[in-house]
Amino acid sequence: MTSATLTPGAALGSQRVSENVRYHEDAVRLFVIAAVFWGVVGFLAGVFIALQLAFPALNLGLEWTSFGRLRPVHTSAVIFAFGGNVLFATSLYSVQRTSRQFLFGGDGLAKFIFWNYNVFIVLAALSYVLGYTQGKEYAEPEWILDLYLTVIWVLYAIQFIGTVMTRKESHIYVANWFFMAFILTVAILHLGNNVNVPVSLTGMKSYPFVSGVQSAMVQWWYGHNAVGFFLTAGFLGIMYYFVPKRAERPVYSYRLSIVHFWTLIFLYIWAGPHHLHYTALPDWAQTLGMTFSVMLWMPSWGGMINGIMTLSGAWDKLRTDPVLRFLVTSVAFYGMSTFEGPLMSVKPVNALSHYTDWTIGHVHSGALGWVAFISFGAIYYLVPVLWKRSQLYSLRLVSYHFWTATIGIVLYITAMWVSGIMQGLMWRAYDNLGFLQYSFVETVAAMHPFYVIRAMGGLLFLTGALIMVYNLWRTAKGDVRIEKPYATAPHKAAVGAA
Amino acid sequence: MDLDSITIALRSFWTIWLTLLFTGIVVYAMWPGNRGKFEDAARIPLKDDGQEF
Repeated sequence: MTSATLTPGAALGSQRVSENVRYHEDAVRLFVIAAVFWGVVGFLAGVFIALQLAFPALNLGLEWTSFGRLRPVHTSAVIFAFGGNVLFATSLYSVQRTSRQFLFGGDGLAKFIFWNYNVFIVLAALSYVLGYTQGKEYAEPEWILDLYLTVIWVLYAIQFIGTVMTRKESHIYVANWFFMAFILTVAILHLGNNVNVPVSLTGMKSYPFVSGVQSAMVQWWYGHNAVGFFLTAGFLGIMYYFVPKRAERPVYSYRLSIVHFWTLIFLYIWAGPHHLHYTALPDWAQTLGMTFSVMLWMPSWGGMINGIMTLSGAWDKLRTDPVLRFLVTSVAFYGMSTFEGPLMSVKPVNALSHYTDWTIGHVHSGALGWVAFISFGAIYYLVPVLWKRSQLYSLRLVSYHFWTATIGIVLYITAMWVSGIMQGLMWRAYDNLGFLQYSFVETVAAMHPFYVIRAMGGLLFLTGALIMVYNLWRTAKGDVRIEKPYATAPHKAAVGAA
Repeated sequence: MDLDSITIALRSFWTIWLTLLFTGIVVYAMWPGNRGKFEDAARIPLKDDGQEF
């Protein structure tokens, strides 16, 4: 079957795609496998470092397993390894179908990108554990790895944009606009934030070209737009293809999607300074970042409404299709975390929230609720299609995954809200003589129970992912679980959703 | 007034130019004549994608 799907693509690359010809799917399959693998690795690393915070003995007294080195392994594994492979898989899958065209450069180029990107991931993780880092959040890889990633990314840009440029469909579908914005902006961010001077051409160590507050500003221009364009624009591309596809309905408003796209593009790039409130950054820049962050409410909620309202008139599918439930719940989480973000960017709120666990809770409501959930939905959609199976092994297991993961997220974010606000209030508490009321270590001790709850939430999320791995494995094998099917008639379907 | 000073003068109004550009995009998206075109575009993912089992 694999060879049958491979050859026509290579032979008919320049011909019109007919209904009988397969699109390039070999590399997409590899990206899906890697995404699932890295997802589990990244969630496991997250659970482990969460336990390290609750029980410091788990640092094991070794430099390689200390929290400081494993934390970037976790963030890079979930964002760039899991999220990145999901974005490669979904973008290269959907661009062919919305352009009615094979991949520009073929399956060979896509596989080349696959192997090199994943080798890059492994090298980056190894370098963190061994102590090599630029010390910039989400941009930890040292200069030589940055150059390697640049080559891979340019090839990806050529493949994706080349496919769009050679399309047979006259209109460029909105999902492709989002994917192209993601690819181009990430390229610019990566180049802009990694202008570094190596100490020597044979060593890993380098220093940033700009220093001081300018360096901090460049870093958070990068950091916030990594959220805005990697974790938002890219995954909105997934939303605009996979939600309509799974719901079998066109997007609620295509005109809103155009306005959504351009509003997001015009506003997001300015929001970075809100990471540097009350620092040496000039006050006007802080206020600018805050103002644009607050304005971002509009495109965020416009996009959320567009995604959720796509189901208008077909709400019963939420009860009978747990895959669609993942996709739609992710959009709801997107709305929630993009409400919270602008709120936290307002300077007086940030005075309380910054440097506390509230920030960590906010990031995870977006990362687990939005990014991971829409990825799970897309993966559950893709695996039966890519492995040529008529259905998933079990929809009931998808539902178990959904509820396990949802309870995990709720435990995680509520624990971090409570502990973060408590932490912020304890830091600013004065006694009646004007002294700070609590020492720092007292705030750490007070957070212990919430760290334990957070680790439990993460463990549930990881458990859900393992249920998914089993389900996908059996799906790929071609098995179908004997189980009570979801009734399509609404009055019979109450059990599954409960 | 040479070209450089004209460029600098125009550049200082960049918020205006971007606002005008964005307004143009919104007008284009909402223009009644474009309605049918966008309704067709919305159906692109739902066209048969050649996945026969």
